[in-house]
Amino acid sequence: MDRRNFFKASLGATVASAAAVASTGARARPNLDPAPEAVGMLFDATLCVGCKACVTKCKEVNGMPPVPMGGDVHADFALDLSAQTLNVIKIHTEGKGAVKDALADGFAFEKRSCMHCVDPGCVSVCPVKALIRHPRTGIVGYDADVCIGCRTCMTGCPYNVPQYDYNDAFGKIHKCQMCNQKGVERIDKGMMTGCAEACPTGATLFGTRTALLEEAKRRMALKPGEVYNYPRGDIRKPDSFHEKAAPEYQRTVWGEKEAGGTNVMHLSSIPYDKLGMPPLPERSYASISEGVQSTLYSYLALPAIALGGFTWLVKRNTESDRKGGQE
Amino acid sequence: MNHRYQALDNRPLFTPFFLLMLAIAAIGAVFLVIRFVTGIGTVANLSGGYPWGIWVVYDIVVGTALACGGYALAVTVYLFNKGKYHPLIRPALATSLLGYGFAALGAFVDMGRYWNAYNMFLPWQMNTHSVMLEVGLCVATYVLVLAIEFSPTVLEWLRRQTGWQMKADAWRGRLDKMLFFFIALGILLPTMHQSSLGSFLIAMGYKVHPLWQTLHIQPLLAVLSAFTMGFAIVIFEGSLLTTGFKRHPETHLFSGLGRIIMGLISAFLVIRFAYLAIAGKLGAMFALDLGSLMFWIETALFAYPLAVLASPVKRENGRHLLFAAVSMLLAGSLYRFDAFLITYNPGPGYSYFPALPELIMTVATIATEIALYLFIIKKFPVLPREEHAAA
Repeated sequence: MDRRNFFKASLGATVASAAAVASTGARARPNLDPAPEAVGMLFDATLCVGCKACVTKCKEVNGMPPVPMGGDVHADFALDLSAQTLNVIKIHTEGKGAVKDALADGFAFEKRSCMHCVDPGCVSVCPVKALIRHPRTGIVGYDADVCIGCRTCMTGCPYNVPQYDYNDAFGKIHKCQMCNQKGVERIDKGMMTGCAEACPTGATLFGTRTALLEEAKRRMALKPGEVYNYPRGDIRKPDSFHEKAAPEYQRTVWGEKEAGGTNVMHLSSIPYDKLGMPPLPERSYASISEGVQSTLYSYLALPAIALGGFTWLVKRNTESDRKGGQE
Repeated sequence: MNHRYQALDNRPLFTPFFLLMLAIAAIGAVFLVIRFVTGIGTVANLSGGYPWGIWVVYDIVVGTALACGGYALAVTVYLFNKGKYHPLIRPALATSLLGYGFAALGAFVDMGRYWNAYNMFLPWQMNTHSVMLEVGLCVATYVLVLAIEFSPTVLEWLRRQTGWQMKADAWRGRLDKMLFFFIALGILLPTMHQSSLGSFLIAMGYKVHPLWQTLHIQPLLAVLSAFTMGFAIVIFEGSLLTTGFKRHPETHLFSGLGRIIMGLISAFLVIRFAYLAIAGKLGAMFALDLGSLMFWIETALFAYPLAVLASPVKRENGRHLLFAAVSMLLAGSLYRFDAFLITYNPGPGYSYFPALPELIMTVATIATEIALYLFIIKKFPVLPREEHAAA
């Protein structure tokens, strides 16, 4: 083969592999469907008063200490998710920050914790199944006993939820497991999550994904100012209700469709990006990534064919070398 | 049996430069101990938004691509039967073995729960959708394959030690019968995991800048750029050896590689621009922000070697070839740094710049590799005999 042919051959190989990879688009799997009995939470930012009872309760359930500020430990000063904080209330302010849930000179509270994605990126990228979506409840759980600490889950989570403890020589990943991890198992016992139980206004509501989505859509259909009876606690058996005039909600529930949807959904009257939600398409990145991986590696078919071809070529070329008296 | 390669054993090993490399390595070793005793946070600036810093991005993502010399030459020599490049293979394999070996060690140091690493090798624990699994298994296997590919060199050294000649020859005979398979495997494995290094970026989604988020095309661009870096490192290393040890230049061999490199770079640029155009991202190229700036720096670094290699005069000139190689190394490295770190944006509240100990540990890794490389070429028959290379 002379140079020109070699040049052509390498170009040909490139085009062929380009075509192979490009065709994966058509073969990729769709987003996953919600688990059959998916449980989740609905956070209505317009009901949140920023009391952080949920943050405290979460620490209690998970046995985590409060985050102090200076020497001050009388309250939890957690500003964001960390290895010490699985659930946090953040505040968004605009201008003077005077009017609740308004855009101009307004402020709003936002709860951040694991969204328990329907098609979780962390589960898709984890090499050793340390992160698993529960087949029935859809809860994304974590198993530190197999986790290798590669932190790919952190790169694959659109919400930056999993947090590795860098300050521990034997650190783990920390994330909300919806109070259902080994030793806690509140959901299996028929209870609700700690944060939903502690929430005094029903801003964090526990329930099945289906029931919560219906509730969210009922609220969105309200006319602003219309009085609505808001439930508190577990939507299947609310401990109490309170009446309040409905705000003007955004036209979408965050988590119905974003990147395949989430089991923890959010409602707000200001745009979700203001509350720090990321720019997500409906198609989950996990589904695209898995499509590429399974096209290339399904049953190791392509690698096996390539290895066969390479072996044949190498054998032929090394033998001709030897006959040529080079070796 | 084989007098084509020679150890530079008439040169002193403990030069001031070599001792400097050892000193840097020793400083790194101190921080390495600290990392294992007190945790990653003491030495590195990683966070919830930036879980991967220079350890992953330089030591593994860029480092293994820089170690693709063995791969690129194996494809040229053994798949395309260009035997004249054979003299370049051993030094390239030595660099590849070091680069990949240290990438694997680096991964282990960066791994937050390294004592659980064996779970990647348990079939029932494997998540076959995971890019990380593919990279982990592939890199681990490839290090072994590189060691086997490099073992003829060690056996040649061994047979010259008293009392070992018979055994070394017997082993060499057995090895030669199977070597073709390991060479083939040594071509397959880098193709797989170098493309996967690109696939990592798919699941990172919006955190990757639009100009680097090419979704389905990621694996292809990654493997193409790895090839250019592999060829570039062969030329770069050869040029340094020529100057450093006043050896006969191998320009005639390098200029031949130029054609291949031109094809690879052109394919990379055409596919990347075509994808960005189809995906409607051309606007982002002219956004006059950090992303667009880095994009054009990268593109210029990729384009410069094209200009050099297209000129028949410059192609035959050692100095121009070296510049072209450096430009390609920077282009491929920057392409990876930009995607994984420089323009990577996990959202507000997070920023990353490596901590001093973190940087020192990476520099110490490079210093250790250089020291080991010098040791290997001075003690083992790795470099081609000058008559042979010039022939």
